[in-house]
Amino acid sequence: MASSYMLPYAQQAPPSYAHPTEASQPRQHHWSPYTENGGVILGIAGKDYVILAGDTRSSEGYNINTRTARKVFSVGSGLILGVVGMSADGEELARKVTRKIDDYKRNHDKHITVSAAAVMLSRILYQKRFFPYYCQPLLGGLDENGVGAIYTYDYVGSFEREQSRAFGSAAALITPFLDNQINLKNQFVPGSNGEQPKQAGDLPRATVEKIVKDAFTSAVERQIEVGDGLQLVTITRAPPRTEEEADDDDWTGAAISVELSPLKKD
Amino acid sequence: MGGFDFSNHTRNAALMAAGMPAPKATSTGTTIVGCLFDGGVVIAADTRATSGSIVADKNCEKLHYISPQIWCAGAGTAADTEFTTAIVSSNLELHALSTGRKPRVVTCMTMLKQHLFKYQGHIGAYLVVAGCDPTGSHLYTVHAHGSTDRLPYVTMGSGSLAAMSVFETQWKKGLDREAAVKLCSEAILSGIFNDLGSGSNVDVCVITPDKATLMRNYITPNVRAPKELQYKFEKGTTAVLQEKLISKDELRRYITVTELDAQGDSSLTTDVMQVDA
Amino acid sequence: MNQFPHGWGRPRDDVYGAYDASYLNSTEPVTHTQRPIVTGTSVLGVKFKDGVIIAADNIASYGSLARYDNVERLLQVGTHTVIGAGGDISDMQYLHLLLDNLLIREQYPADDHHLYAPQVHTYLSRVLYQRRNKFDPLWNSILTAGADPKTSEPFLSYVDLRGTTFSAPALATGFGAHLAVPILRRYVPDDAAAEALTQEDAEKLVEECMKVLWYRDARSGVTYSWAVIKKDGVETGNKKIENQSWKFAEMIKGYGAQNI
Repeated sequence: MASSYMLPYAQQAPPSYAHPTEASQPRQHHWSPYTENGGVILGIAGKDYVILAGDTRSSEGYNINTRTARKVFSVGSGLILGVVGMSADGEELARKVTRKIDDYKRNHDKHITVSAAAVMLSRILYQKRFFPYYCQPLLGGLDENGVGAIYTYDYVGSFEREQSRAFGSAAALITPFLDNQINLKNQFVPGSNGEQPKQAGDLPRATVEKIVKDAFTSAVERQIEVGDGLQLVTITRAPPRTEEEADDDDWTGAAISVELSPLKKD
Repeated sequence: MGGFDFSNHTRNAALMAAGMPAPKATSTGTTIVGCLFDGGVVIAADTRATSGSIVADKNCEKLHYISPQIWCAGAGTAADTEFTTAIVSSNLELHALSTGRKPRVVTCMTMLKQHLFKYQGHIGAYLVVAGCDPTGSHLYTVHAHGSTDRLPYVTMGSGSLAAMSVFETQWKKGLDREAAVKLCSEAILSGIFNDLGSGSNVDVCVITPDKATLMRNYITPNVRAPKELQYKFEKGTTAVLQEKLISKDELRRYITVTELDAQGDSSLTTDVMQVDA
Repeated sequence: MNQFPHGWGRPRDDVYGAYDASYLNSTEPVTHTQRPIVTGTSVLGVKFKDGVIIAADNIASYGSLARYDNVERLLQVGTHTVIGAGGDISDMQYLHLLLDNLLIREQYPADDHHLYAPQVHTYLSRVLYQRRNKFDPLWNSILTAGADPKTSEPFLSYVDLRGTTFSAPALATGFGAHLAVPILRRYVPDDAAAEALTQEDAEKLVEECMKVLWYRDARSGVTYSWAVIKKDGVETGNKKIENQSWKFAEMIKGYGAQNI
């Protein structure tokens, strides 16, 4: 059961115990500032990489707005942000985070760490506590030790660091798959007779990429709002600095790559 | 006495007023079309059934049999299209038997509209009725509220506009069978790719004075991409808490055991069903 | 005398009645939320090889009444941009005012800064998003079309009353999103297809879509304005929907059993 703060208040219907009196009440046209553009994002953190992927369909109702909308953004300082929900709010959030990360670098003369950026994003979300951004963000980056980190949020800024997470309209379809394939939940070492649970370990990046692709092709089969294309963004550790790069302020130690591949379009 | 049971209506209205959501019916948020041609009529449908934004059935059948030469494409609430066409099919059969004549499409359409009008739109069946009878080839639409329309080309469902855009740009007077089938499948494809409520495959039914041909999965443009990994679990992954073996012979004492072919693999094929007049 | 300092220097309640403070804080929150009154319907846009074409009809509806048939819904902004708006006409005209002012403020021929389509689109999206944040939306769906004067790269983007933005090689607002987009996507499914499309074919495609909208959108009109934006600037014109076909009507007799 989602708590009431999980939804923007404009979306909640007030409880009513009266009998329906549709015809007798004058109908007031109520405009909602929120809309839902569908889609799904998925983040997985490994021991030296982060994968953040999203589909590229933007929809409204039963209409496809475009087949080429991106949901994962590079927000500077080697960090990436995935947003899903209402795209106007999501893109506004990504712009704001990008600007604040740039401000941080100008003010402190160093790149923001992913943990500091995570707190910052939490504050940005909570500032709009009573008119929330209608989007669920996933923040990805490499931490101070070069280990992959995914930070996950609710609409109003509650957050935690996680290994893997899916957000969006197919989250309910993908989450159990991740529990099973990434976190190896409820599985035992064969022959241990149910005594020894399987330990989730570091999966190689190639395997995780395949799991991500299978998660998306499966979500496309059963969620009408997911499809068209897959945007797969990966952060890996950058190769050691060359001499020319030694004084390069833009060097973050992270290398971001983007891969686009097609998904079904029906 | 037949008909619906309304005994829970007041209770349900009170529950809904108290905030309990209404049960969600499977809807065929659909694209269905029909088109007349010289010598017959074609109807076509997509094969996606949805429940909210979840795909309930990837390959459902939306072309319903009414009589050997009258077929019906249904959009709206899946159960309503199913039962409404079934009851009209039964009544039309009885009617044909008592008159000793072939059933007519107008009769079918009239029975549908009178049934639906009676229920003032609460039966959410949106239908395209097509068929051939001694008076010619006919094509109608029937809305849930009971209104009907007669046109040379029609579309219905959430993808009706996407499909209509195809008819409005490509329809010509005096199409032949092949062109009509092509036009109808193009219209369905337009719904499949532009409307989220429609998807998967194209089903087509061609009706001529001598027979009806149902072409199930006439086009399959949305075959699932092969999976990157194989998901097989080693034996023992799930803890076995208790074990008890029952042999086949033991089972035979209670039920009939039939040996089946080990191959359970069935792949999508265009299967053609002929319904003779 | 009044013993209570609270009452000193104020009109006496027993003479003038208690002070009515209700106008200061009304119990209802301020609501701006309106609804569209006089409205325009679809706008279409298609990218082609070396530019982009945009079109919108000239009808302004008042509910189901076709109130005006001579309304211009396309506006040229600067040298290489045209916007087309659907939705509320008064909000559209207010946006025209904002854009005129913006142009006066920002467009200096001497410096090397220009307002081209991407800038105009971003400006509009900011204005519309801010207004939705104030619960006082500008009730429009807008297409911004343009071409880069140097590279001739076409630009086409959408923004609506909630600040939702997106781009595609072919776009339509309002009813056009349901009826015209499926037609446009058949010919221009992606950027590669747009790059292969000639101007002539793009014009024909828009003509075809406007005709289908005229057939099927009850709020549309027979005359429409179009604009083609290319490297060397904007070309505009007006058209009437021609070669209409009502052939299907010949064989229609009634809605059911009627035969004569």
